Amino acid sequence: MTEYETVVGLEVHCELSTTTKLFCGCRNAFGDEPNTNICPVCLGLPGSLPVINRRAVELALRIGAALNCTARRSIFHRKNYFYPDMPKDYQISQYDEPINVDGWLELPDGSRVGIERAHMEEDTGKTTHVGGGGRIHEASYSLVDYNRAGVPLVEIVSRPDVRSAAQARAYVDELRSILVATGASDGRMEEGSLRVDANISVRPVVSAEFGTRCEVKNLNSLRSLERAVEYEVERQIALIESGGSVSQETRHWDEGDSSTHSMRSKEEANDYRYFPEPDLTPLVPDAALLAAAGEGVGAMPAERRHRLSSLLGAGSDLATRTDGSTDQVVTVVDLGLDELVHGAVAAGADPRLALARAANEAAANPDAARLLDPVAFAGLVKMESSGRLSATQSKEVLAELMANGGDPAQIAGRLGYEQMDTASLDAIVDGVIVANPLEWKRYREGDDKVAQFLLGQVMKSSKGRANGKLVAQAFASRREA
Amino acid sequence: MARLARLALDDDEVGRYAVQLSAILEHVDAVRRLDTADVPPTAHPFPVENVLRSDIERPSLDRDSVLSQAPVAESGRFRVPRIMGEAP
Repeated sequence: MTEYETVVGLEVHCELSTTTKLFCGCRNAFGDEPNTNICPVCLGLPGSLPVINRRAVELALRIGAALNCTARRSIFHRKNYFYPDMPKDYQISQYDEPINVDGWLELPDGSRVGIERAHMEEDTGKTTHVGGGGRIHEASYSLVDYNRAGVPLVEIVSRPDVRSAAQARAYVDELRSILVATGASDGRMEEGSLRVDANISVRPVVSAEFGTRCEVKNLNSLRSLERAVEYEVERQIALIESGGSVSQETRHWDEGDSSTHSMRSKEEANDYRYFPEPDLTPLVPDAALLAAAGEGVGAMPAERRHRLSSLLGAGSDLATRTDGSTDQVVTVVDLGLDELVHGAVAAGADPRLALARAANEAAANPDAARLLDPVAFAGLVKMESSGRLSATQSKEVLAELMANGGDPAQIAGRLGYEQMDTASLDAIVDGVIVANPLEWKRYREGDDKVAQFLLGQVMKSSKGRANGKLVAQAFASRREA
Repeated sequence: MARLARLALDDDEVGRYAVQLSAILEHVDAVRRLDTADVPPTAHPFPVENVLRSDIERPSLDRDSVLSQAPVAESGRFRVPRIMGEAP
């Protein structure tokens, strides 16, 4: 049987985190009342003229730099088409002279995906289909909200370098982290500020030429991207194996039945009649623009993950990813809490415990966590690792610290979290042994699985105040006695 | 061409515009005969670049007054006829 290779290229549309739209001063905001952020420019009224938002250019250049692209002189074109999502009947986009070209993105597994271009364009309005269950083909009419029309976008087009569904997912995941880290976008796929289309084809592994590709749209999460690539690859191979051939078309991913469907639009080759936008001047990445683009941009996620992982020590047994980082490291960098951990470790906190509390508890409220004083956070971690606080108590104190700030030792005192004295702990441990003779017997005979149960019983009796490490020691010493 | 531009033309108009468009194309053809190997394409007649504005919000239009000029509006949105296919 022929072996096939998957070939994927990805187009990612990213909404920029500007205050206003690309060509007018209307607010760029998600979730506002429909049609409250509209003006003559974004409604395409006669006589209105677009002016480019400087911040959008800076952020586009920033994205290009983060993706190792070359910034170049660029111009805008009109892409003409008739569709109610754009009241001008054209979209202003960049065509054959985009602002960023020829870059690459390195994935955590070390593989590189080429970036063909990252160009600027305006977003379109949002249509809602009424009747027919909201599906476009069965709807009786549609409603349009132009708040999104004119919102600045950067479209990042990869080269067809991606070779599996998992790699496609890893690419978008890493790209999203980078976009968030640069501050260019909030990267929220569920709100549509990051949208992914995938060009998918298969070819026999011996073939040097690419197969015919299908473009799959409506990929609203990393999971649907991965599943859609898997599905589409299987569909295309089955088609070829049964003697058929893949036709180039746009397909729609349906989350409900986990498959792609041909969009069945009357397929006329689109003729967008691109021509240079006469109302806009060329963009040149001069020193001022490039300086503003680079201002305040910190290290990229890959470097930050590496730095944070190195706190755990080389070849950490916790490392679970191919780049040597752990899930906790990824979470902490993603939420921008890595400086908090570095600060706490510098102040003497245990790196593993600081990382764990940041990735699990602090991550529950990242906005508050980013404002934490690293020294106070370090104080908390130290109290836990010294046994002064149990894990349960430590989490409570951290929650209070994030909510109202303060000194962790004082909060612990206020909450009545005094370290349990040895006599009380011994009493509880002995009580648990008496109350659970069968489990205690199994534990004495060497069944360590039951140790968790006994620990749990002590935690229950002590209302979470007992220190897990000391409890384990207490049981161990009684077993040996 | 009429279909691309969404124009409804009758046969008389098609004939009349065909003649006019041919004249325009002939003119374009005359320009094409020139040697432009050393002339960069001109997207903009003036040598100005980077005309930019600051990212500062300005008031938008009042929604009710905008929607009152639309043929049909519903729930704060423009109502449009049934759309025959996905966005291009």
